[in-house]
Amino acid sequence: MTNGLGSQRPTTAPQPHGFSSMKWWGLAFVLVWIFHFFATGLISAYGMNIVLNAGLNIILAVSLNLVNGFTGQFSIGHAGFMAVGGYITAVITMTIGRDYPDLMSHWIGQNSIFIAALVAGGIGAAGVGYLVGMPSLRLRGDYLAIVTLGFGEIIRVILLNTDSVGGARGMSGIPNYSNFGLVYSFVVITIFSIWRIVNSAHGRVLLAVREDEVAGEAMGVNTTQAKVRAFAMGAFFAGVAGGLLAHFLQILTPAMFDFNRSFEIIIMCVLGGLGSITGSVIAAVVLTGLREALRGLQEITHVDLRMIIYSLVLIILMLTRPNGLFGRNEIVDYLPKSWRVKLTGKASRA
Amino acid sequence: MLGSIYALIALGYTMVFGILQLINFAHGEVYMLGAFTGFYATNWFKLAENPSLGALVLVMLLAMAVCAITGFVIERLAYRPLRKAPRINLLITAVGVSLLLQFSGQLFFGSDPKFFPLQPDFEPWIFGEEGNEIIVNPISVVVLVLALTLMVTLQYIIFRTRLGRAMRAVSFNHDLASLMGIPTNRIISATFMLGSSLAGAAGVLVGVAYPKIEPLMGTMPGLKAFCAAVLGGIGNVTGAVLGSFTLGLAEMFLVAYWAPTYRDALAFSILILILLFRPTGLLGVYRPEKV
Repeated sequence: MTNGLGSQRPTTAPQPHGFSSMKWWGLAFVLVWIFHFFATGLISAYGMNIVLNAGLNIILAVSLNLVNGFTGQFSIGHAGFMAVGGYITAVITMTIGRDYPDLMSHWIGQNSIFIAALVAGGIGAAGVGYLVGMPSLRLRGDYLAIVTLGFGEIIRVILLNTDSVGGARGMSGIPNYSNFGLVYSFVVITIFSIWRIVNSAHGRVLLAVREDEVAGEAMGVNTTQAKVRAFAMGAFFAGVAGGLLAHFLQILTPAMFDFNRSFEIIIMCVLGGLGSITGSVIAAVVLTGLREALRGLQEITHVDLRMIIYSLVLIILMLTRPNGLFGRNEIVDYLPKSWRVKLTGKASRA
Repeated sequence: MLGSIYALIALGYTMVFGILQLINFAHGEVYMLGAFTGFYATNWFKLAENPSLGALVLVMLLAMAVCAITGFVIERLAYRPLRKAPRINLLITAVGVSLLLQFSGQLFFGSDPKFFPLQPDFEPWIFGEEGNEIIVNPISVVVLVLALTLMVTLQYIIFRTRLGRAMRAVSFNHDLASLMGIPTNRIISATFMLGSSLAGAAGVLVGVAYPKIEPLMGTMPGLKAFCAAVLGGIGNVTGAVLGSFTLGLAEMFLVAYWAPTYRDALAFSILILILLFRPTGLLGVYRPEKV
């Protein structure tokens, strides 16, 4: 596997095995599409809404975990990258839909253009992530926090002032292209890519940055480059999630991508465990459900009670269990030993 | 005037950063609490009918006291247990505290904007002749003078008192300072209290100058003040003041002459440029990272 790291590449790259092997992920794909064609009819529109939201949150939380969990940086502008990806994707599909309606009417054309637009949105977000990450990641991690926060605001202000994408009114009339199969295919792709990155030589470099930047640098790791790459990859998946969100809500407004949205993703990431992919997945699903459960309460108090609970949970978690509920373990680490060996090929915990 | 308010907030940021290397995200919310303390204090003492300079100073001191206590509590409960933890945990906690204050503010104060009741109404000062006069709103002068007084006081505390010397020692090196018999924890608490009281004063002054206050008002000025602190060189007290006035003026010029809608983006653009070209800020000194 080529990762372009050149001389930085540790000599003992772990071999793909167990969960890292392709067959599991192929199986996951097949299951997603079987479910898409045979079972989605059984879910109500409201239920589907929650399921798709959960899928998007999984993509966001897992991709943020690459930056915040595995690389040990602290990005709090994930929603900004979502916005970039969402707007790029929506502009592309809407332009093509307007100019070549025939192309969009057939499902092959529609889906392939949509996927291409999603990838374009992701690349756009990654490019912006690169630009933002470059100055702040040269310095100590704290600056990234404030710069990403500021970046989220800048994006929002720019979108508010750009009339071609609707300004404060936002973009409406975005076609509804996102469906269960596509969203969950991207969920599988995200988890797969990040799992493979983390368990590759490059992943070891990221972990080195997290554990001790100075020591990593002394061992010949280009820490800035590693951080910027992780950051851009995280931004890519956030952009894809933004594109999917745009074509599922069918509307985009700058207000959707405010700081609270970023914070929601962070808490999923932290709650699940900084450095635990399965942890983020579980936290994303649970918190998406919790939001629906708390909806009734919010109508009584007229205040977003959810945010109070989230922030309290975050503080208490940091004080008592600083690595999140799962810590750096994956869910397989809690299974009986014989299963663990079968699934991951390792007897010991990560 | 805007600059002096940023400066008061930025001073708190820069002091806390200097001593703990922590971006205290909750600082903007302390400033919000200051404004609301002013709001309730004015109503409690029924000062709105008889606004005078003395009333303003009284309310400001009260808000400073309340904010100092808040700062102490935040430091004691949320930050001190994490003194030895990785920095990212501290950052996450800081963001958590900030959001907790924001949203509990919405719960307790109500999320709708309120009118700051203490409005000393002075006659505008008019200089020059008829038709060619300069009108100065005395409120801006009062705000500026009060803010500058506080800054000078702070300067005095930091450079001329035992407490200040201890603070500088702790920010230079925690362990060495505690070996010299300096009660490190108490000094850090004192730093938080000083910084928070300045933010509280800024809250009251902003209430007087721009009367609309709401629970979410702290976020933006807080972040901008941080940008200003970075602009001046983070950890540097004079730099924070310089950076804040620069930012305040730049923002006012942008709003008045160029693109008012881009106002909120300016501070962050400056921040990114500064980080690109001069990461230590205008007055900062490069300090290599030690192992």
